[in-house]
Amino acid sequence: MYPENFYYTKDHEWIRVDGEKGVIGITNYAQKELGDIVYIELPKIGRTLKFHETIGTIESVKAVSDIYSPVSGEIIEINENLKDSPELINNDPHGEGWILVVKIKDKTELKNLMSSLEYEKYLEGIVKK
Amino acid sequence: MKKTRLNRIIKASGAKMVEFAGWEMPVEFSGIIKEHLAVRERVGIFDVSHMGEIKITGSQALEFIQCITSNDASKLSIGKVQYSSLTLPNGCPVDDLLVYKIDDKEFMLVVNAANTDKDSNWIMKNKGKFDVEVRNESDSWNQLAIQGPKSEEILQKIVETDLSKIKYYWFEKTKIFEKDCIISRTGYTGEDGFEVYFKEDVEYAEKIWSLILQNGKEHDIQPCGLGARDTLRLEARMCLYGNDIDETTTLLEADLEWIIKFEKGYFIGKDALLKQKEEGIKRKLVGFEVMDKMIARPHHPVYVDNTQISQVNSGSYAPYLKKNIGLLYLPVKFTQVGTEFEILIRDRKVKAIVVQTPFYKRKK
Repeated sequence: MYPENFYYTKDHEWIRVDGEKGVIGITNYAQKELGDIVYIELPKIGRTLKFHETIGTIESVKAVSDIYSPVSGEIIEINENLKDSPELINNDPHGEGWILVVKIKDKTELKNLMSSLEYEKYLEGIVKK
Repeated sequence: MKKTRLNRIIKASGAKMVEFAGWEMPVEFSGIIKEHLAVRERVGIFDVSHMGEIKITGSQALEFIQCITSNDASKLSIGKVQYSSLTLPNGCPVDDLLVYKIDDKEFMLVVNAANTDKDSNWIMKNKGKFDVEVRNESDSWNQLAIQGPKSEEILQKIVETDLSKIKYYWFEKTKIFEKDCIISRTGYTGEDGFEVYFKEDVEYAEKIWSLILQNGKEHDIQPCGLGARDTLRLEARMCLYGNDIDETTTLLEADLEWIIKFEKGYFIGKDALLKQKEEGIKRKLVGFEVMDKMIARPHHPVYVDNTQISQVNSGSYAPYLKKNIGLLYLPVKFTQVGTEFEILIRDRKVKAIVVQTPFYKRKK
């Protein structure tokens, strides 16, 4: 369910690292919790992010949720398709529903994040609560 | 937490459950948008067994109901349903409700789940010397809502009565699988549809639920949760108690004058409402549309010329209209259709405009 080569945050974002670049999105759990996503407010390309800084807001019919950056870095690309089709996040959260790409500043920050196994265990804990 | 008799089967189907008014209820099954559109375009089914049913019987049942509600129950024939309000002396609703005239000495009040005990206590408190019996039967009734243009066709498959003969806001006492039920052509979605009341146990309730779903397969019937119920009622501009109306909003302010019948004689709240009508209301509930992709939500502050004048009551994305809409109280001078104002949504002021309601009206 949760891709092995991704890193995960406790706030349910994922990051897929590709050299200097990191692709960021929200997890399948997060999209399910939010329900039908109807709008996403995206940041501008070129903005520099700190670790855990808010990078945008996702609106579903019922809820609003902030997205936090899993790493520090500079935004180099955003998923333009989400402007007209925010439901891509519901349909394919770990693929076509990616949100943005950052140029990672410090790869050691990735140590703060969870592996897919750790994330799945983390989710089990949430569900039990 | 209270559970309806359909709790087990609904949970087993994978619905997302939430706590609502002390009940464990499904908020969504396949997704709010999908469920909403199913009701607008085809058919959906809701478990609304959490709603309250209060029976009023006795030789003075009508006189008593006339005294505690704002609408004119004397206009009801046997088999007719009326939208009305239990009203406080200040003209504000204790609750909004449906009044079913079962016979000359028996009425059933269908009230909001969150208000069932409050309503029941209020009714008892005002019983005085009326020759009536008040019974809160909420725990024994199941209630299903089958809503949407295909609802008659689907429900007809399990009901002997000819449903086409039940007109809008009428009901019939009938049977489903030899057991008594009440079927009314009512609902809170803005669509044609039915509400079915029956008193039987878990097994029977599950059987009815499953059969309706099975019979509706050809029209891709969707089980629907509270999420879609809220977006559907909002598009149809139906008030939600606790959001749009409560004990601080008078019926006149809520634009519910059509359920106030001053000429019927005395009722609780009449004097306050008459006085307010003569003096004129200062604020009114209106519909608005947000001129932005951001969704206005309840309690978001509302501004005109940088002065806060109100806040949002109901606000949501409207799945059928694909707009962001809502309801709020505005000072009367700002209530003209087309009036612009601003809503502070998180840290940004976005433009909104007063629009004609209902936002959505079904074609007859």
